[in-house]
Amino acid sequence: MSKNNWLFEITPKNKLLDFNFKEIWAYRDLLFLFVKRDVITLYKQTILGPLWYLIQPLFTSIIFTLVFNKIANIPTNGVPPFLFNLAGITAWNYFKDCLVSTSDTFKKNEAIFGKVYFPRIIMPLSIVVSNLLKFGIQLTIFFLFYSYFIFQGMSFSISIAILFLPILIISMGFLGLGLGMIISSMVTKYRDLTFLVSFGVQLLMYLSAVVYPLEIVEKTMPKYAWIVAYNPMTTVIESFRNIVLRTGDVTIISSFSVLGISFVVLIFGMLVFNKTEKSFIDTI
Amino acid sequence: MEEVILKIENLSKQYRLGTIGTGTISHDLNRWWAKIRGKEDPYLKIGESNDRASKGNSEYVWALKDINFEVNRGEVLGIIGKNGAGKSTLLKILSKVTGPTKGSIKSKGRIASLLEVGTGFHPEMTGKENVFLNGAILGMTKKEIASKLDEIVKFSGCERYIDTPVKRYSSGMKVRLAFAVAAFLEPDILVVDEVLAVGDAEFQKKAIGKMQDISKGDGRTVLFVSHNMGAIKSLCTRCVVLKNGGVQILADTKTAINEYLLLNKVEDLSVKKFFSNAGVVKMTMAQLKNKDLVCNTFHSGDSLTIDVTIERETNDEHEVNLFVGLYDEYGVKQAHFGNTYAGYKIETNKKNISLQINKLPFVSGTFTINLSLHLYGKPHHRELNALTFYVEPGDYYGIGKNVIEGNGRFLIESTWA
Repeated sequence: MSKNNWLFEITPKNKLLDFNFKEIWAYRDLLFLFVKRDVITLYKQTILGPLWYLIQPLFTSIIFTLVFNKIANIPTNGVPPFLFNLAGITAWNYFKDCLVSTSDTFKKNEAIFGKVYFPRIIMPLSIVVSNLLKFGIQLTIFFLFYSYFIFQGMSFSISIAILFLPILIISMGFLGLGLGMIISSMVTKYRDLTFLVSFGVQLLMYLSAVVYPLEIVEKTMPKYAWIVAYNPMTTVIESFRNIVLRTGDVTIISSFSVLGISFVVLIFGMLVFNKTEKSFIDTI
Repeated sequence: MEEVILKIENLSKQYRLGTIGTGTISHDLNRWWAKIRGKEDPYLKIGESNDRASKGNSEYVWALKDINFEVNRGEVLGIIGKNGAGKSTLLKILSKVTGPTKGSIKSKGRIASLLEVGTGFHPEMTGKENVFLNGAILGMTKKEIASKLDEIVKFSGCERYIDTPVKRYSSGMKVRLAFAVAAFLEPDILVVDEVLAVGDAEFQKKAIGKMQDISKGDGRTVLFVSHNMGAIKSLCTRCVVLKNGGVQILADTKTAINEYLLLNKVEDLSVKKFFSNAGVVKMTMAQLKNKDLVCNTFHSGDSLTIDVTIERETNDEHEVNLFVGLYDEYGVKQAHFGNTYAGYKIETNKKNISLQINKLPFVSGTFTINLSLHLYGKPHHRELNALTFYVEPGDYYGIGKNVIEGNGRFLIESTWA
């Protein structure tokens, strides 16, 4: 019997680029089952159940409208402020959910990761996919209100740029997943980041043009507007509003550059994640 | 020809002791600096062997150090060792939960692990949904699970509850279901860690039987970790004994178990003092004697006396009884003595109770004694593993020859004609 036909070898060597896509594919059923678990257990033993999908964006949008548009008088370019905010929140929520829930992958799944091996990336991937379902529902809710406003006599029309919507969604998913994986890898050793995530995300929202149009910042604070303008999430949200509400300044180039940035972030996230997954259980 | 399916070479694992705090960053930076200059990790050079009881100087410790062994296809290999000997670390590396610091494992088959069953069960989901999820976590595809679902449910014996959320299950039922899923996995190498500790006797028997089927019937390899020497003995062909992170011995099960028991023989247990806060009456000391000699190594046929000293708080009369349990190295009860069984009454003023076994009927082995003092018929003061003694083959029949090992473990006085 030849000694060289080993099926696999476990060594301490950690190659930098070591993506085993074949293995991930072999575990696709697990990905699906995790998504199923997330969906069916999310609102178990709640009275309102899936209604929470509606309540969260609805109430946030109402509050934002009251605070930012009624009290602070932020203009929305003739778009009903409620719809303006709802559009921003719907898109922002998907990114936020992906980021926040992937960022504690290692910590939250310590028990299961410490017992069995499967490609760890399945876990954050499943989160992004199950959030996509949630996003789908919230997008539907948005379009319900949208139709209601059209029914009330507002004249909107969806731009042909709706074809770019998948690109936006992919960008958000990649960005959230990539950042989340970087953070989750670092949290295994340095718990400080957990605190950073919870309030950092809050701050990031105000830098992502969720509650105001980008051009307002450019007008009022031209010196600092670049902070908002170069934020990839600003582009995503502005693009989304441009598609459905025809407000916001977006070009095809900016959309694709965001996709590019997200892709780079995702690759970097996967690298860090890969490096961590081998021995995180010793440090967590 | 026996085929090596798993080869472990110079496997080592280093851990950092203490908490991870501000020192971590500086160590990380040092490592990184060494790596840039192309030098070896400075913290790999230091580190002490993993002896749990002795306090060391280094922050770094080798949980496993230069482990080498091979496993053949179709073999059930037991892994035994005291707490902290490195068993679980070894299994964790085998199941890819964590990576080794040095060395390698080469495998010719898929490894699946059964470490503490039930991980990944979601309490809100039904038994059936959890079977699918757990199976997928362990590496099965949905199709595989679906085709085995009926068998799994039947093996678990939880048919009735299969559509109920797992949070309503008893802990034993969870283990049954989880073990059932894992038992129907089809890896080339199955790693099993202490799963039999939970679950009732019937299920333990079933589980051991299943593992025997896996190895004998299907020719798959099993690595089995347990403290239960009985289970090890009935399942394994060979055993690895780990001690302080190294391989002490790799041998056939009997030799390995003896070696392991020898490791545990640390203190002289022929005399023991008890410090108990049991009121009214309590045991203060017990000792083992061979005639008048205090000792704990005996030969078959020797007389063995257990002396127990008891102390009374007052001179009041109390009804006191003493019970003595005798256990073998596998934790199996071999005999039970009680003064009431023999119709002997312990007098009120009696301080020293002694029980004499006239002629030790064991061929060989290690035995422990549990003492239980009853007050008015109820257990009052218990001392578990109070005393330990060893029996070696002796001249039981009085013919000038020692009895031979390997032909049963008991000797019975008998007459030939």
